[in-house]
Amino acid sequence: MPETATADAPANTAAGGNILQVRNLEAWYGESHILHGINFDVNAGEVVTLLGRNGAGKTTTLKSIMGIIGKRAGSVKFNNQDIIRTSSDKIARMGIAFCPEERGIFSSLDVRENLLLPPVVRPGGLPLEQIFDLFPNLKERLNSQGTKLSGGEQQMLAIARILRTGASFLMLDEPTEGLAPVIIQQIGHTIARLKKEGFTILLVEQNFRFASTVADRYYVVEHGKIIDGFSNAELAANMDKLHTYLGV
Amino acid sequence: MQALYAQLLVGLINGSFYALLSLGLAVIFGMLNIINFAHGALYMMGAFVAYFLLNNDYLSIGYWPALLIAPIIVGIFGMILERTMLQWLTGLDHLYGLLLTFGIALIVQGVFQNYFGSSGLPYAIPDQLKGGMNLGFMFLPIYRGWVVVFSLIVCLGTWFLIEKTRLGGYLRAATENPTLVRAFGINVPRMITLTYGLGVGLAALAGVLSAPINQVRPLMGADLIIVVFAVVVIGGMGSIMGSIITGFALGVIEGMTKYFYPEASNTVVFVLMVLVLLVKPTGLTGRAA
Repeated sequence: MPETATADAPANTAAGGNILQVRNLEAWYGESHILHGINFDVNAGEVVTLLGRNGAGKTTTLKSIMGIIGKRAGSVKFNNQDIIRTSSDKIARMGIAFCPEERGIFSSLDVRENLLLPPVVRPGGLPLEQIFDLFPNLKERLNSQGTKLSGGEQQMLAIARILRTGASFLMLDEPTEGLAPVIIQQIGHTIARLKKEGFTILLVEQNFRFASTVADRYYVVEHGKIIDGFSNAELAANMDKLHTYLGV
Repeated sequence: MQALYAQLLVGLINGSFYALLSLGLAVIFGMLNIINFAHGALYMMGAFVAYFLLNNDYLSIGYWPALLIAPIIVGIFGMILERTMLQWLTGLDHLYGLLLTFGIALIVQGVFQNYFGSSGLPYAIPDQLKGGMNLGFMFLPIYRGWVVVFSLIVCLGTWFLIEKTRLGGYLRAATENPTLVRAFGINVPRMITLTYGLGVGLAALAGVLSAPINQVRPLMGADLIIVVFAVVVIGGMGSIMGSIITGFALGVIEGMTKYFYPEASNTVVFVLMVLVLLVKPTGLTGRAA
């Protein structure tokens, strides 16, 4: 078993260059040491998935990249700029958007306000018409309180609001968690469409069957480290290993 | 009957100050989670800044510019307090903020008392607002009418800013989840500083409005702030409209009590507070702390 993905990372097949480079990333929640040296890369235009069991460190990895973990060390380079000491608002303004696992819909805001909350950080964001084309339900619920939406609609809203901002690198944390199969399918179609539009996506998933429909490459996280990595083409050959990693 | 209307007017004026002060407290609590015990001292500073502006030989700045300048000066003082002291209390228990702001209040009041004593300094009503109007059923001093109307406009303007604008949307969202709002690219620490400045500015504005009615005294805020906290508890911490409505309503209730049962006028607000706490501990429109 390789120590890090850099030693075992699949060949970068995507057309774009390296957009995110994570090296020896460590993170702590108070006294708890959660990440123990994470290494991986994401190329422009790719969908890369972090797989792993509960508590492996996948969400903490995303939060560390976004700068919303109290203490972190190592190196995170976005477009060749080290952001390990950058505050989260500045990271967002560099073009990274984060959709949290708990969706983060604000109860004191209606759907329209939730949708328009994140400021446009750079040109190139999707216009509202295109967002409503992707998520027609939202258009009908614009005046509803954000947290009154169904789980699936809240997830759509959480993804939709970061598409407006112009961020080209999206980090989606378990976007299918707790959703009905039909909604999961819709989220899958959306991610595929976003990829076609040129977005780069870093996805955290426990559901690798869903991930396999959208991802170009996978990294497996365990005990705060990347323990394996392979491309979608190598998925079938790695299925047994994957079952062991994920305990399914 | 004239006495009843006169007490109603007094109640509305007191209610104006309660509303402006409790609104500032609600804005600050909503965003910073701090129970700002320095609010009374900052209200007093607003009145003193207006007094200094007017009585300085070189400046001689009158009431109308002071309505804008005093809240800005005291607001900047508040922002310095937030940057240098209050920001370090983020994430700690409410008690720390309460003790720190209580200490700040004592220091500010002590300094002013040291230089100006305890007696009141006069501040004249501006010429345009002198005199009164006979409404038939009562005589209305114009300045007092102005205080009620202007306070109501400022309160509703603040409510509109927070509930109906995009900036207010940022504030409300940051009240719920500041970490996520910051991860959207919004500079939340700067927003917190500005919000504290806004809340403090509202207190200073109330101080300027109060100066011609109550005179300018170092302890003018200390006398008022206990009642204002009772108003905030009744309305509910963090509720904007709740603090406005409760501020005016309790001013009127206090005024009416002065007419119908004067012995209870100083305690009626606190009796109501106890009753509300027994029935609805989060206040009439508030959220849990």
